[in-house]
Amino acid sequence: MSTATGEKEKIFRRIREALSVPAPYPGQHGAHGPNGTEHPTPVEEFSHWLPKVGDGFDARAELFARNSVQLKSTFHLLPDEAAASRTLAEIAQAESWKNVAAHGNGAAGPSTRAIVTALNLPAVWTDSGYDVREMERCDAGISECDALVAQTGSVLVTSRSAGGRALSVLPPHHVVLARRDQLLGDLPAAFSLLERKYSQSYPSFIGFITGPSRTGDIERILVLGAHGPKKLTILCW
Amino acid sequence: MASASSLQFKTDAKRVAGDLRHRGLIQTALRKYETSRDLQKSAFQDWQGARQSAAERKWDAINHLDVYLESLTSKLEARGTKVHWATTAEQAREIILGIVREKKARSIIKSKAMTAEEIHLNDALEKAGFSVVESDLGEYIVQLRNEAPYHIVFPAMHLTRGEISALFTEKLGSAPTDNPEDLTMIARNVLRDKYITADVGITGANFAVAETGMISITENEGNARLTAALPKTMITLMGLEKIIPKLSDLALFLPMLATAGAGQAITGYNSMYGGPRQPGEIDGPEEYHVVLIDNSRTHLLADPEQRDALHCIRCGACLNVCPIYRNVGGHAYGTTYSGPVGSVITPHLRGLQEWKHLSQASSLCGACTEACPVKIDLHHHLLQNRRNAMQEKPVWWEKDAFHIFGFLATRPELLRALIPFGRFAQKWFHWIVLGGPLDPAKAWTETRDLPPIAPRTFTDEWRARQRAASRKEASK
Amino acid sequence: MKVTLFVPCFMNTMYPQAGISIVQVLERLGHTVAYHEDLFCCGQPAFNAGYWDEARTVAGPVVKTLAADPADAIVIGSGSCGAMLKVFYRDLFAGTPLAQEAISVGERTWEFSDFLVTKLGVTDVGARFPAKVTFHDGCHGLRELKVKQQPRRLLEHVAGLELVEMRDSETCCGFGGTFSAKFPAISTAMGEVKCTSAAETEAEYIVSNDSSCLMQIQGLLDRQRKPIKTLHIAEVLARQ
Repeated sequence: MSTATGEKEKIFRRIREALSVPAPYPGQHGAHGPNGTEHPTPVEEFSHWLPKVGDGFDARAELFARNSVQLKSTFHLLPDEAAASRTLAEIAQAESWKNVAAHGNGAAGPSTRAIVTALNLPAVWTDSGYDVREMERCDAGISECDALVAQTGSVLVTSRSAGGRALSVLPPHHVVLARRDQLLGDLPAAFSLLERKYSQSYPSFIGFITGPSRTGDIERILVLGAHGPKKLTILCW
Repeated sequence: MASASSLQFKTDAKRVAGDLRHRGLIQTALRKYETSRDLQKSAFQDWQGARQSAAERKWDAINHLDVYLESLTSKLEARGTKVHWATTAEQAREIILGIVREKKARSIIKSKAMTAEEIHLNDALEKAGFSVVESDLGEYIVQLRNEAPYHIVFPAMHLTRGEISALFTEKLGSAPTDNPEDLTMIARNVLRDKYITADVGITGANFAVAETGMISITENEGNARLTAALPKTMITLMGLEKIIPKLSDLALFLPMLATAGAGQAITGYNSMYGGPRQPGEIDGPEEYHVVLIDNSRTHLLADPEQRDALHCIRCGACLNVCPIYRNVGGHAYGTTYSGPVGSVITPHLRGLQEWKHLSQASSLCGACTEACPVKIDLHHHLLQNRRNAMQEKPVWWEKDAFHIFGFLATRPELLRALIPFGRFAQKWFHWIVLGGPLDPAKAWTETRDLPPIAPRTFTDEWRARQRAASRKEASK
Repeated sequence: MKVTLFVPCFMNTMYPQAGISIVQVLERLGHTVAYHEDLFCCGQPAFNAGYWDEARTVAGPVVKTLAADPADAIVIGSGSCGAMLKVFYRDLFAGTPLAQEAISVGERTWEFSDFLVTKLGVTDVGARFPAKVTFHDGCHGLRELKVKQQPRRLLEHVAGLELVEMRDSETCCGFGGTFSAKFPAISTAMGEVKCTSAAETEAEYIVSNDSSCLMQIQGLLDRQRKPIKTLHIAEVLARQ
């Protein structure tokens, strides 16, 4: 078995010895870098390099919608919860869902419960645990999210906000229930949100989901639904 | 004396370089990548600014590696992760074997990990009687073929759909099909059950966040997410150098990795894991192990000139643009890390004298350095490896040849006296032996014509001009 | 301006016309050109192979002579030799008595097309060359010396010349110095890709700012009996 402390110490010794000679700072031939490890966070700086995102909800929604088309996810911007409920029912019918998986103890628990229950389908609720094989038989997984990111068309989830680790990746169709005020501009904003919301105690899983599952491993030809969901639908109101 | 590895490389490189079909496949795959990559790069407001920031963040990470590793591991341990340290590949294998034995694992599922290739983990697990299944489609395919991955990011780049169909028919009994979607679904169906029944999931890591104690995994298929969600025990194997200082650094690294590596704005799934299932969480592994491996990375760390090679985020961009890689393919390198970054680090990780040929097999065009999202000075490192190798152990006839050349080059009158002999030999003798075994310039003339030494050299022409000019002056 | 020309070894022995063309163009523009007959090689072959002592044997006299040369600029009609002086001499002579001189020589060195466009501000040298040409970017010139637009601006102003871009103009031709002899199969494959890209443009000439690239490309074209010809950019600019 591993002699954990012994090996760790040896490794650290080698590291410290190696680092006793400084290496040049990038972009400045021969110069040395800043001392110490306390640096002001440059995350705001990143927004200047990354692709541009317009200001305001409309610009973000338009960008998110455009990205969704390109990613082959389906994005519905809806007026209210009733419209979301109707849209979900329409999808369930069009795809002939027999059963769904969902969670009901998220931040918008009652609303999510109501929408899922209104489908009148057998549901696997993950909140108090679930049987994997039962979830595997579900036609869809319905979850909430922490945020939508316009810059990349991504959905931000955590094990706390989206009913665990598997719900948003095992069933073949993942449906996200989001609110307008969750639509953020760019990735730096998303990471700022994570820090504000969770820095006291991070969930053990945080994930950015960008489009349905995909692969280009066969002749670089795009195929959806490699292992994760083949379909991703985002309902936002 | 040429090393065994260098002989293997030369043989395989020559074979693939002469195989137009194979080269055509690589070319097609990479042209598609180029188009998407250019599109994504141009979407950035300032790609060069991004590169500089990314380079600075990795400089910070690697040059304070001890501090950040301490932070990463103490935060992981605080939430129940078991952290293991391995100096050698052997130790890493032993650690992982120990875990799977303790768990009496009957089935292991794995997502992509170049570090696992590096330590030949699958071999070791299989020899010990454990069944391991690769879940990434490309890795699954090459696993069925008993091959190493062809490329860091596209393991099955070298195969056609026809070859994959034949493979599946042979190994899985599936009906032959020409359709990439059908082929993918065949793999998906086979692997579905494996996710659900696996006791142990093994992953690699793209980044390790020191600030929050998290492992970041990037993918498109969702197989790593399933590997990290369903099995009771999860193991992440990672090289020490994957460290980044802050969680928010991912806001830069995730899009840059995707853009440079795959021509995507961001990959399909980017997940951060901070521990096993926490109290109050719905699912997730009961046990989480992170195995940190050195395997000569500290050796590279101790070379301040080339330390930045540890900044590598394993995006594969340098492979994609390298004209050598494009013409010899990934397998010819004969080692886990191919392309320019592989040619830089392999001599450090596996021995300079044995692997220096990889640093020599380059025209030093610099496309790699230009493409690297974290500004590693790749092509200059190839030069430095060459210098280090020759300083340590010069090749005597080469050294003598350069010595003679130096002698002549600093005695231009002697050179001028010898040039007519060169012309004579070229005109009267060379054509006889041209391209054959007696031709001293055979390496060139086998495939290319050699230009003749000019009847008058530049110096001759210059002198003639000077004489003409002074005659003109004199006659005024 | 007083310009000193440095002529690379292979240009001296195999492509003297290219060197003479540089002289002609510079003189046409009203500058005086000097040349040191005793400087034969920049030292790159030994340097690239890792034999830095032997490289210094050859490069040392180059540094000493050019450091003492009062010319306004040192011009080299080659991206690879130009890069050796401008970029790599700093590394080669670091920590030696010639360190400072090596850096100052580098600072006064220009690749030929870069000299014309960036230093002299000239894009029209009064040349005439009615032909369809495509340009190959020599790697050292492109990536070490940032020479990309300069040759194109010059070619655009050549009367009668039609410039077409080839796909992958920036991809290495496969010469790489001793690489071409040490790894001939790979070098040849790379050259073939370049020749194919050039042929697709249906240009009559492949032009570059590096004779070593042209040696590789022409060598393959001749062996395959292809009609397209190679020319150094100086030779194009010298034509009237």
